Amino acid sequence: MSMVALAFYLFALSAITGGLFTVVSRNPVHSVLWLILAFLSSAGLFVLLGAEFVAMLLIIVYVGAVAVLFLFVVMMLDIDFAELKAGMAQYMPLALLIGVILLMQFGMAIGVWQVSDVAEAQRAAVAPEGVQNTAALGLIIYDQYFLLFQLAGLILLVAMIGAIVLTMRHRRDVKRQNVLHQMWRDPKDAMELKDVKPGQGV
Amino acid sequence: MIEFFTTTNLGIFLLTVGQVLLLVIPLLVALAFLMYADRKIWAAVQLRRGPNVVGTFGLLQSFADFLKYIVKEVVFPAGADKAVYLLAPMVSLVMALIAWAVIPFNDGWVLSDINVAILYVFAVSSLEVYGVIMGGWASNSKYPFLGSLRSAAQMISYEVSLGLIIIGIIISTGSMNFGDIVAAQDGAYGIFSWYWLPHFPMLFLFFISALAETNRPPFDLPEAESELVAGYQVEYSSTPFLLFMIGELVAVVLMCALVSLLFFGGWLSPIPGLPDGILWMILKMGAAFFMFSMVKALVPRYRYDQLMRIGWKVFLPMSLVWVVLVAFLAKFELFGGAYARWAIGG
Repeated sequence: MSMVALAFYLFALSAITGGLFTVVSRNPVHSVLWLILAFLSSAGLFVLLGAEFVAMLLIIVYVGAVAVLFLFVVMMLDIDFAELKAGMAQYMPLALLIGVILLMQFGMAIGVWQVSDVAEAQRAAVAPEGVQNTAALGLIIYDQYFLLFQLAGLILLVAMIGAIVLTMRHRRDVKRQNVLHQMWRDPKDAMELKDVKPGQGV
Repeated sequence: MIEFFTTTNLGIFLLTVGQVLLLVIPLLVALAFLMYADRKIWAAVQLRRGPNVVGTFGLLQSFADFLKYIVKEVVFPAGADKAVYLLAPMVSLVMALIAWAVIPFNDGWVLSDINVAILYVFAVSSLEVYGVIMGGWASNSKYPFLGSLRSAAQMISYEVSLGLIIIGIIISTGSMNFGDIVAAQDGAYGIFSWYWLPHFPMLFLFFISALAETNRPPFDLPEAESELVAGYQVEYSSTPFLLFMIGELVAVVLMCALVSLLFFGGWLSPIPGLPDGILWMILKMGAAFFMFSMVKALVPRYRYDQLMRIGWKVFLPMSLVWVVLVAFLAKFELFGGAYARWAIGG
């Protein structure tokens, strides 16, 4: 077995293990840690495919930022999981039904999947000859699909503004610090030097 | 013999392990003396003697500390999550060490010459926060938990500006490989072709962000001893604590290597006529480490709200404006192409 195949099986196994334990862990913090393992393994799979830029972005964005926020929220929350799981038996049949229907849909979709002869070759040649895949990605995003890229950015901007508007409230009863005002204070205006005689006080 | 190491699986594996050991062992030995240097500089600033008992001038102090740490008992706090508690220091050290895989010390002297090297370092350094968060949470104690929450917010905040500063350099170079970045700084003006001059304001932003990213003073709020005792390290003892300490210091030295590679031309010689080489790289890293130590000794710790304000309201807008400016200067090749090294064949 070659090194690449060995690495593939290693990453695939740890990705599946990570995913499985994300679902079955009893402790939510452990779930997030397993999720991080799954992210890291899939980044490894991307590297094996020759998409190292996407792999690094996956780690920076999902593991470095999104999962930290997950962990932040999960550690702070005080959830009673016994209470949440109390209704488990009641909803189980419905959940099973939905699961079976989804599985059948996947089966049907994959059953009629027809693979074109050139599909394999197209997938293998991601980047043009002599161009690093980061540069190739940049050419596609910023030249070919420039408008779509801008549109995606606009959608994110709208979501960001929405989140800010929802959470922003002006409290008037708190003392605010004006840093520039603090820095520009002059010692002459703020303090006074007095020569105190012993035994007399100010 | 050479065929065995270049063709067979076992040979390649052994060769890689050998290369890794060749990097890690000198690094860890150097670390012991850097720790000593750190304490000596700190002491000199405060007019103390510093460590001076073990060995000549106290040179072996770090090794004595090392032995003392590893023979102590590992104490588990009551109610600690044992697996995560032990995993945290390991994550901290391993993440600090694996970033060195892409750091070159001389032209071509690098374990893994990948073309997204700088992104890799950035990704790995963004993972370092997990050691701190996991350690603080698994200790099942109040101060460590507060420390880990602070650390999470602090590291995410400063990663943003650090990333934007790096983007400015990537735009100038047109590559994310460290070898290319150093080659792009090898210009006709010697020391003045290095990126510290064209990217001058970003040098300071990078240095300060690096301090915050590695939890060094004046931004060591996760372990602020006057308010949180020692933050996320409170409940740790013995070898796990040692791993945290080494991990932190390795991350600091990594930042020194980044400063010298990105802004000071890595292994390029500053004096015309003298050959380039690994010696210059090590000297530059040492100079950067001296600055890190001096800051620790000179600057008082920031308040937490000040730290957040600097990160989000000062550094982020400044580095964002700089990225736009550099993109403009590079696109139109102004200032004799100082910002567009890819265009003039750097």
